Amino acid sequence: MSATSPTAATTTETAERTRALLTAADPGRRRADRAMTVLIYGAFALAVVPLVSLLWTVVLRGAERFDADFLLTSMRGVFGGMDMGGAYHAAVGTLMITLTATVISVPIGLLVAIYLVEYGRGALARATTFFVDVMTGIPSIVAGLFAFALFSIFLGPGAKLGIIAAVALSVLMIPVVVRSCEEMLKLVPNELREASYALGVPKWLTIVRVVLRTSVAGITTGVLLAVARVIGETAPILITAGVSDSINFNPFDGRMMTLPVYIFSQYRQGPVPCQEGALDCLVDINFDRAWAAALLLIVIVMLLNLIGRLVTRWFSPKLR
Amino acid sequence: MTTTDSPPDARPGPARAPARRRRRTGDTERGFSRVFRWVATGSGAFLLLVLAAVAVFLVARGLPALTASPDELSDRGGLPTGMDSLWDLVGPLVFGTLLAAAMALLLATPVAIGIALFISHYAPRRAASVIGYVIDLLAAIPSVVFGLWGGRTLAPVISDVWVWVAGVLDVLPFWTVEVTNTGRSLATASVVLAVMILPIITAVSREVFLQTPTLHEEAALALGATRWEMIRTAVLPFGRSGVISAAMLGLGRALGETMAVLMILSPGILYSFQIFDSGQQQTIAAFIASRFAEASGLAVNVLIATGLALFVITMVVNMAARAIVARRKEFSGAN
Amino acid sequence: MAQRIDVKDLNIYYGDFLAVEGVSMTIDPRSVTAFIGPSGCGKSTFLRTLNRMHEVIPGARVDGSVELEGVDLYGDDVDPVAVRRTVGMVFQRPNPFPTMSIRDNVLAGVKLNNKRISKSDADDLVESSLRGANLWNEVKDRLEKPGSGLSGGQQQRLCIARAIAVKPQVVLMDEPCSALDPISTLAIEDLIQELKKDYTIVIVTHNMQQAARVSDRTAFFNIAGTGKPGRLIEMNDTATIFSSPAEKATEDYVSGRFG
Repeated sequence: MSATSPTAATTTETAERTRALLTAADPGRRRADRAMTVLIYGAFALAVVPLVSLLWTVVLRGAERFDADFLLTSMRGVFGGMDMGGAYHAAVGTLMITLTATVISVPIGLLVAIYLVEYGRGALARATTFFVDVMTGIPSIVAGLFAFALFSIFLGPGAKLGIIAAVALSVLMIPVVVRSCEEMLKLVPNELREASYALGVPKWLTIVRVVLRTSVAGITTGVLLAVARVIGETAPILITAGVSDSINFNPFDGRMMTLPVYIFSQYRQGPVPCQEGALDCLVDINFDRAWAAALLLIVIVMLLNLIGRLVTRWFSPKLR
Repeated sequence: MTTTDSPPDARPGPARAPARRRRRTGDTERGFSRVFRWVATGSGAFLLLVLAAVAVFLVARGLPALTASPDELSDRGGLPTGMDSLWDLVGPLVFGTLLAAAMALLLATPVAIGIALFISHYAPRRAASVIGYVIDLLAAIPSVVFGLWGGRTLAPVISDVWVWVAGVLDVLPFWTVEVTNTGRSLATASVVLAVMILPIITAVSREVFLQTPTLHEEAALALGATRWEMIRTAVLPFGRSGVISAAMLGLGRALGETMAVLMILSPGILYSFQIFDSGQQQTIAAFIASRFAEASGLAVNVLIATGLALFVITMVVNMAARAIVARRKEFSGAN
Repeated sequence: MAQRIDVKDLNIYYGDFLAVEGVSMTIDPRSVTAFIGPSGCGKSTFLRTLNRMHEVIPGARVDGSVELEGVDLYGDDVDPVAVRRTVGMVFQRPNPFPTMSIRDNVLAGVKLNNKRISKSDADDLVESSLRGANLWNEVKDRLEKPGSGLSGGQQQRLCIARAIAVKPQVVLMDEPCSALDPISTLAIEDLIQELKKDYTIVIVTHNMQQAARVSDRTAFFNIAGTGKPGRLIEMNDTATIFSSPAEKATEDYVSGRFG
């Protein structure tokens, strides 16, 4: 109508109607949109609060005892509220048990990943894929019970060894290794494999020389992240390697301490009942040691994560 | 492969047919290549064997506790005093485990969906990847550190909140709310569990939300939807099954988590809904970890039997979650 | 209800990159205006600025003005959500919501407004919208079935029904037939001819025969080279553009020499 009779009056009238149409924001809907935006930003803020509080507390409380003495002494001969003792034996145990678990898990996990990517077809492959996912959900304490039950056949019920803990950790670690290696192997383009076959290279050599070589950075990252995940496990180690105050480098002989179990056992001992006026007695010494060990553990885990990410960034071949 | 692998009676060929003809496509697979194939396939089978072994060993070692007489159980079974049947122990433990995990899930899921939407649809693109990294960081923190923080830092602070909440709830006529002022209650443990399962629920939900077809989002916006209305009409219906499976994965984690509960909760073995009080409930995992060191003989079998219950519960939850994810994948692949 | 659009000196940017430069044009009510031009010349981008859908793309912004009956769509007091209700849009590929039934798809835009709509009103609206989109007779017996079960052409008409159910003034169509077979394309083109009685229609198309068949006026966009902004070369009655265009580039394009 405005096009046919563009008098000033009708033009302003339609313009006013259009303006009303375009500015007519329903306040209820706008409020709902605003409220949801606030809620969603709030959800994020809510998740950051515990993270910041936890890291802040661990760094602050952990730094108090975090020194060379703490890192280089064990708990042997330390009792009561004595102002000494460290986590050296726990660091050694963590290193040995995690290393053993890695040595067990990586070959198996890598082979399973190769099977799934390079050979996997049919029912076995489908079942394996499904149960790898299911295995990632095994509660860690159940893995510990399994390792205990397995070794008690050979060694009797009382055995507490580092190797049992390593087997328990392997049950938790293998599916993680499989998953990440599988992702990495899938990234290798098929053209590379075909180029290798076309040169007359047998399949196994193609896998070792071409596929694994191409994805070595990604696999390294996957392994490091898997290590970072199991290095903080407590419950399965607590029931398989026990608790110890002394340094032990041999996973096949005797109890072994690890950092997570150390944190727990220090925490469990609680405050020390000091006598009135005793000079060499700190009430909170056990908690102080627990916080320092927690700091050490978090630093290790973060370093593993960081190195893992950097490895991919620096060493992965440019596929695209 | 199906034609070459047909049974011998279906193909009565001459006996001189060389064995190598079995796989026509496998011409390059001789010598070590074949060994390698078997090694790889064998490790796939080995993995299934391990999972089966976990189940078999738990059953075998838990069995003595299941078959023991009430007298044996109360004598040497390490049961709390006054109990003479395994179910007296496992029942409340299963109840406590489910209650703790359910509360953690109830707390974590809405927040996780919020964070996932924040990353996928609200935050600027560059900030989104940083935020994703921060959430991954949360996943990397060992559970024992969560337990330490929960027991030493959170519990004293949050107990005041619980006292206030209990005061409000106490208005209800039919329910007296008991509350401890140490904070060592199931409510505190559930809060820590919720923080611990937040990353996995967030990560899975975020992936699903990011897959929402732009077409559907634009269709909603072009109809005059606000951002939230667009999410409600296009993103949430699309991601619903993904969020459900994410929540179930989180539930699986919460069910099996040991240390946070062990280090925070002051346990009891009751069927109790007093979540703000201490000495009421206990979870299976924490119970095993707290008793295992002192247990021997039949008591160990009892603990393994309770572990078997936990294993069954988590397996069912995880398999259901994975089945939903797998079915979802088939759907999107078909489209 | 149809309304006229005046565009003045519109520049469109993606971040710092100038994608479309200096477009001015008038789009008449109750008519079909077609945008043609080679790929990447910015005609779809420009179309999206007519209902502020380009704001969905991070970093996209405009300067200049787009006026609907003299009201600037980019004015301070204008709500982008209200703009999109007033200026509806149909996309390249049919996109009915997969989780909703045919009926719910038609009502999707109306239900957003939270207003309680009575069942009989809703039924009337569903029927009139589907009739308006020439789809009623094909789907009236299966309104509760999911919209994704329809054929591509039916889905696209469902999307048109969904767009006109919110009673817009203008309907924008971004290559609405590019994913459809010839028969479905014809059905949509017939529909466009009917819709222009009530709405202002703007259609982007790659298909010059289609532009010649359905549109009253045609605008030709072109781009000087990669990295250069797209421009409006000329706009005129469709017959003139296809028979005696003023610009050499237009003639080359409509005669099929490039694009």
